[in-house]
Parts: sequence; structure tokens; C-alpha cells
Amino acid sequence: MIAIILKRWFGDRALPSIEAGSTIWFLRKDRLAMVCLVFIILLTLIALFAPALTPYANEGLGEPNLANKFLPPSLKHPFGADSLGRDMVARMMFGARTSLSIGLFVVVIAVLIGAPLGAVAGFFGGWVDEIIMRVTDIFLAFPPLLLAIAIAAALGPSFFNAMLAISLTWWPWYTRLVRAQAISLRERPFIEAARGIGVKNLTIIWNHILPNVLTPVLVQSTLDLGSAILTGAGLSFIGLGSQPPTADWGIMINEGRLYILSGRWWIATFSGLAIFLTALAFNLFGDGVRDATDPRTRGAG
Amino acid sequence: MSMNARPHMVEVHNLSMEFVKRDRKFGQQKQRIRAIDNVSLEIFQGETMGVVGESGCGKTTLGRCLLRLLEPVSGKVIFDGRDIMALSMSSLRPLRREMQLVFQNPFSSLNPRMNVLKLVSEPLRTHTDLRDKELAKKVEDLLIEVGLNSEHMKRFPHQLSGGQAQRVALARALALNPKFLFLDEPTSALDVSVQAQIINLLVELQQRHGLTYLFISHDLGVVQHISDRIAVMYLGQIVELAMSEDIFNSPQHHYTQALLSSTPVPDPDSGSERIILEGVVPNPANPPSGCRFHTRCPYVMDICRKEEPRNYSVGEDHRAACHLLTAD
Amino acid sequence: MDQALLTIENLNVRFRTPTGNVHAVQGISFEIDRGEILGLVGETGCGKSVTGRSILRLLPHPGEISEGSIIFDGQDILALSEHDMQQIRGKRIAMIFQNPATALNPVYTIGQQIIFVMKHHGVAKGADLMESALRLLDDVGLPDPASLMDVYPHQLSGGMQQRAMIAIALSSNPNLLIADEPTTALDVTIQAQILALLNSLQHARNISILLITHNLGVIAETCQRVVVLYAGRIAEHGEVRDIFHRPHHPYTQGLLAALPNPGSRGDALNVIPGIVPSGLDPAPGCGFAPRCEHVMDVCLQRRPLFSKVGPGHQTACFLHEKVDRKEA
Repeated sequence: MIAIILKRWFGDRALPSIEAGSTIWFLRKDRLAMVCLVFIILLTLIALFAPALTPYANEGLGEPNLANKFLPPSLKHPFGADSLGRDMVARMMFGARTSLSIGLFVVVIAVLIGAPLGAVAGFFGGWVDEIIMRVTDIFLAFPPLLLAIAIAAALGPSFFNAMLAISLTWWPWYTRLVRAQAISLRERPFIEAARGIGVKNLTIIWNHILPNVLTPVLVQSTLDLGSAILTGAGLSFIGLGSQPPTADWGIMINEGRLYILSGRWWIATFSGLAIFLTALAFNLFGDGVRDATDPRTRGAG
Repeated sequence: MSMNARPHMVEVHNLSMEFVKRDRKFGQQKQRIRAIDNVSLEIFQGETMGVVGESGCGKTTLGRCLLRLLEPVSGKVIFDGRDIMALSMSSLRPLRREMQLVFQNPFSSLNPRMNVLKLVSEPLRTHTDLRDKELAKKVEDLLIEVGLNSEHMKRFPHQLSGGQAQRVALARALALNPKFLFLDEPTSALDVSVQAQIINLLVELQQRHGLTYLFISHDLGVVQHISDRIAVMYLGQIVELAMSEDIFNSPQHHYTQALLSSTPVPDPDSGSERIILEGVVPNPANPPSGCRFHTRCPYVMDICRKEEPRNYSVGEDHRAACHLLTAD
Repeated sequence: MDQALLTIENLNVRFRTPTGNVHAVQGISFEIDRGEILGLVGETGCGKSVTGRSILRLLPHPGEISEGSIIFDGQDILALSEHDMQQIRGKRIAMIFQNPATALNPVYTIGQQIIFVMKHHGVAKGADLMESALRLLDDVGLPDPASLMDVYPHQLSGGMQQRAMIAIALSSNPNLLIADEPTTALDVTIQAQILALLNSLQHARNISILLITHNLGVIAETCQRVVVLYAGRIAEHGEVRDIFHRPHHPYTQGLLAALPNPGSRGDALNVIPGIVPSGLDPAPGCGFAPRCEHVMDVCLQRRPLFSKVGPGHQTACFLHEKVDRKEA
């Protein structure tokens, strides 16, 4: 989804007037980042239009077709069929939906919780800062897995609960990131100027601090998308995330691993490959974004 | 006409301000640095009061305390008849309309993510109900007044030159029709040719709006050109205060003399004897006893080491803090 | 006739940026004689710092010397290998910078830094090393050199840091010292000390100094000859008295008239309208033409060559073009 937004933004600027020397300009020159971006955009399109892209849409959603049980890859079913005869290509497409959603939701929630908290903590300092940071430290101490297990045990395993668990362990990083930025920003003259004008503190945070922390947050969230997808797939793999019959790459690997030794390699492999490539694409693209925004590494790559 | 008959815009009475510096090592005392110590002065309506001094003299702190951007530890500031130290934060906010400030580096005093329109309209959004078309019109009027125009409204600070950015800062400061402007080294970051433009603009704006200026600078030439009266500060105290011409023609305090003499004059034939001041400015956390300047003064006497000098009047509207002056 | 110590001929420096080539220096030529102090003065974007760094081939990344020659004591600097260049840098040509706090390494003591440099250039060995270092610190007026050897840069005041930097620069007895805005970051009384120091050291050791600054007062009081730069080109050069008392180039005149001075109180300062060009796409004519009040048609078409307007005094301006033109 972020990719879609980027593309739309890109589209506006892609015609003659990309300001030379601006961040987007550097990003465009980074071949690797551009390749990854294309991959991400394609993946997003596939996820969005999955039902229209395959004749086996209902199988993608989970409906079994036992006649095709364990079909190996062929022209009609390029990725084969799984243990319930469902077309793997369709399953993969629908799986993309799940994975991308979890990545997106986790990052969005983490930013929406973490960034404002960090801004408030960094800007006000004192006991406000202390309280917020201690709470942050507590959440930082939870390994995502443990929290997911706990929540699953309490509320039952599901996609929603998995997403909740991961988000709860993710937001503290953004708090820390934004807090550090806010601390350095609050000493700057333009903040003092705003106070001199009589702008209220919260308004200062909204209008002055947050827009200026946008860049590092953007870089971090791009990198985090990959990690969130990976974590989500991991939870699904051990059964704490999406539940069957939902198409989910983690579940598919879990289902598929039972059949590898008996020669039916395609069930686990393609899903595994998908997770790998997706996480890699986001990571490399995130690196590219970071290189393009950091004045020290611009144009050096 | 006696100066004392003119109304005061600002009165400062015995103002002191401390910074507490936490020392990194455990068990060490917190260092209390007296940035300004027992400072008193008055600024008349419509005048430009210049404050000069070197690093650590407290001139920047003084200005910020005047606007109550910093909380002093003691003393009073009377602004237009009101004691601003006694006001609550919410009563202070509307007062902010009347006192504005302009900084040295326009690029760091303007939010890099806001365009000119947003920047100049911020004070208007905060204190008035003006919005949309009316707001834009008001902003345009302000920009024209400082020598810019509507085509600059969509630009961001990094797309402006130093002079243009400083004009934007001025437009923003004028938005609410203030009575008083605190100008903290407004031209120090600018080239000479641009500096002249901004100085002329400041003079023009002052005449047009009847503004009172507190002008801080380390550049004596600029201060002398624009100020009516000048206060010389050293290590947190005012050592001399006089009319602009008197500071330059008959400086009484030796520090003022040294400051004037040290300033390079753009004239190769000005062969006047240079007073080279020995030593460095003492650590403000540990100021010298008695007269703070005594460690560097060639005329130091015993009393200078023990007692702080009072302010001695040496002429009309001219005072200096030096024990030598009691000799007459 | 003594050969000049440094001869720069038609120096052209450009920076390859994403937006295009920025021509920071566009054909500058001048000489520095042995034992003289030459001032390089100009405002932001005139290319003075770039020129200084080009002499030592220390240009920052996208910068390159595209044309011209630099001859130092008979050697072609631009033809030297990097290895040979390192024999020149710091040893025969030294450089001091604007901000001593960032130019000195914060994790080594002053003593370590001086001794390291002296060892590296083979100035002294063994026991002599310490003695020479102490003598050097004393020469630059630092009090108590023995204890200063163990002090870290951040423990010193700005003026003392600058003295330390001068000591390091002079440790190998260079022939030429390039001083890039050496006093701009210092208080005015400290600036006076440092300039006096540079003067006395220059006399004692007969070194040449290239003083780069935007401060005309500093130039007037320190330099013997002056080169005035504008937008990457030389506008005027000559003896310091001629430049200040008989400026011929409209830019020089405008600059001097824009300075506030004792007589200017109450009058509007003379202003040079417009802003400095960016160096991206230099127009074909004189670089100053768009801002010049005496502009003529020819000024926009061709670049002016140098015309002699007095002994050792030349200006690049069509107003003063004479029949016997010298090559620029």
C-alpha cells in the first residue's frame, strides 16, 4: 500500500520536474532500489487484484478441490496443487494479501502509537519523559513470540490477534527514534520562534516537531515492513496467526513441510521463496531510501 | 529634552538569570552559571537600544528573559507598564503579540518543512480568526512591506537566499503589529551587501510603525549605525550605558575602550594605537571577585579586587561601572 | 628580481553537482611574494575558500581543478603526485581554518598533536621534539606551555585553540600560510590578539600569508595587497591603500559604501541590489553586470580584461578599459 502511494506520488513528479538533487531523484538513480520497488508494486497489484487474476479464486480462498490433490507443477497449475488440491498460484496470490496486510497494519499501528508518544516525551522532557520511557522500556522487553503466545492463549489464535501482538512489541522502537529526534529539534531556533509567537505546546509538536521527524520514520518503517512480514509469517508458521483455510505463506510452509520428504516439494518451497523475496525487497528498498535521504551517502552508491 | 520624561517601553530591574549545568562526574557540585547578574536598564518607546559584548556576556540571555522565553531567578521586567514576571502563562500568551523576536540565522529560525505562506501566517492563525483568502491577503501585504512579493509564498526556506529568508522572518515578526522587537544578531550571518539592505529595511519599518528595538550584536559598526543608545555588557553585567555617539566619542570603561579599539576599521590609514586586551574572558561559573573585569584591566586597583563598582553617572544619560570614576 | 613564491595562473575550479556544473572559480590569476600578506576578500560564493583549498589540492568531493596552473617556489603543484603533494602540505604550505574546535582532533592532547606533526615532517627528533614543541607554544603566546601539552582541545578557549592551531601550522616552518577566515568565529578582542600574533610571527619568520576573509576591516589592518573576488572572478586587485581609498570597480565601491561607519548614522546605507549569481550557468559578460549601476551594453556581451588604473592596481571593468590592455 505504501508502494501504491509512493507510485502515485512518483507519478506526479516523474514527469520532467523531479527536482535534481532531491531525495526522489537520488532514489531513482539507485538501480537496486528501483528493481525492488517494481517488485513491491507488482506484488501489491497482485494482492489487490488476486480474485481477477486467477480462475481458481475460490480455491485461493480455501475451497478444496480433492480431485487435484498433490498435482505437481504443470502448465495448467504452474505451482502445482497442495494437499487439498488447491491451485498453488491462487493460494500464493491470496497469501500475498495476508502477508502484505499484516506488514502494513503492524507498521502503521506502531507509527501511530509510537511517534506521537516519542514526540511528547522528547519535547517535554522531565517526568513526562520518564513515565513514557519506562512504559516503553517495559514493552521493549517483550519478545514478539512470547507476547503472541500469551495473547493467543488468552484470546485464541487469529490473524487479528497476531497483528495485535506484533504491533504491541513494535511501537517502542518508534518512540525511541522520534524521542531522540524531538530532543535535538526542541533546541532549534525555529521551535523557540514558535514559542515566541505564542503557539501552544501541543500545536508545536503537531506542526513543527512531527513533520520534521518524518524522514527517519519513513526510512525505518520501510525497513520494518519487511521484518513485520517475516514475523507475521513466523507466527502463522507455528499456528498462532492466521488460521486455515486462510491463505497465508507461513501456514503454507507449515503445511508443506510435512510433504517435502515424500517428494512434494512445491507446497513449501514457493511460499518460502515468496517470503524470502518479499522481505528482501523491502529491506533493500529501505536501504535505498535511507541512502537517498542521508546527505552523507547520497550519490555515493 | 530630558530623556527621563519619555515613556518607557521596557524596564528591567535587578534581573538575574542562572543556568544550572549538571556536571557529568558523580558527586560533583552542579555548576551555577550566572548568565546575567543584577542587570537594570530602561528602553524608551520608539528607540533602538543596542547591546554589545562578547561571548558569555549575557546579551542573548537578557533578551530572552525580557521576552520571558527564559525564567530569570530574580528581578522584574516591566513591559509597557505590566510586570510580565507576575503573569500566568495564559495571560502571557496574548502579550506575546506585542513583543516579537528575530534571530541570527534565518535558516534555522524558519521551519524547513513550512513554506513562506505557512510560516508568516502562523502567528495570525494562533492569535486571530483570519483564515483562507483574508489570511493570504494579509500575508501578501506583509511580504510586500518587507520587500518580497506573492511569488515567494509557495517557496520553502532552502529555496531562498539569506537576505530573503531574513525578510520572511521579519514579515512573520511584524504580523501581529508588535510594539517591541528583539533582534538577536539579525545581520551577522549575512553578507555585507545584504546586511545593508536589511539594516535599511529595519530602520524604515521602525519609522513607519513606531517600533522599539532591542538590537544585539557583536559588530560595533552595525550597532552604532542603528542604535540610539548602547549598553556594553561583560560577563553578565552592564559595564557602560550611553548614547550612541558618547560610547564612541568618550567611552569611560576600559572594556568599552578596548572593544572599540579592537574592532578592525576598514581603513588602512587608521593608525590609532591598538589596545590589545590581555587574557581571556574568565569562566562565568567562577567569576572574579569585586569588579569582574579586574583580571584584565591595566588600571586595576586594590578596591577593584574587593568591591563591585556601582554605576557612576558620567554625563547626561551616560553611566559606567568603574571605581576609577569615583576619583573625580 | 625575486621570483614570486606562489603564482596562480588562470585557475578554474568546478563542482559537478546533480543540477549541473557549478563554476566556483572562473579564471583567477595572482601572485604572492615572499614575506608578504595578501588578502583574498569577497562575499559568499566568490570562490575565495575554494581558491585557498585548491592551492593545497584539498577540494571537497565533487570539486575539481579544470584548468590553470599553480606554481609554488618553482614547482608545478598540479603536476605533483599525491605522495609529493604530502611533502608540501603542512610542511611548506600550511593552512589554518575558521573553526579551531573542529580542526583540532578532540581525542588527542595539544602536545600529542604538535609532536605528531613535527615527527611526521621530520622537524626534530627525540629530546629535541619536546623542547621545540614547548618553544613553539610559547611563540604563539600560550601561557604555561608545559602544562598545556597535556590539555585537550575542548578544555581551551576559542582564542587559545586558534593559537594552538597556528602553532601546529608553523611547526615545520612553512614558506606560506593559508589562513581561511582565521578569526571569524572569535570575539573581537581575541581577534585583535590573533591578528597581532600573525603579524609578529610573519615578521619574525618572514613567511607569506594568504589571508582569506569577508571582513574588510581585517583586510585593511593586516594585508599589504588585496585581491577582491566576485562570483568566481577577480574584480580588482592592488595595494591595500589603493583598494580602500581609490576603489575603481563598482563592486568594490559598492561594498565599501555598504559598510556602516561613524558617519553613516541616520542615513540609509548604500545598497547593492540583487543577489550573487550561483555559478551554475555563467552569463557571457561581466559577472557583476546584472547588479551594476554603471552597466553598459558591452558589459553583457564580453568578459572584461584587466586594465591598469595605478601602480600595481588593476581592475576588470569596461569603465576603465584602456588601449594598452594587459592580459587578464
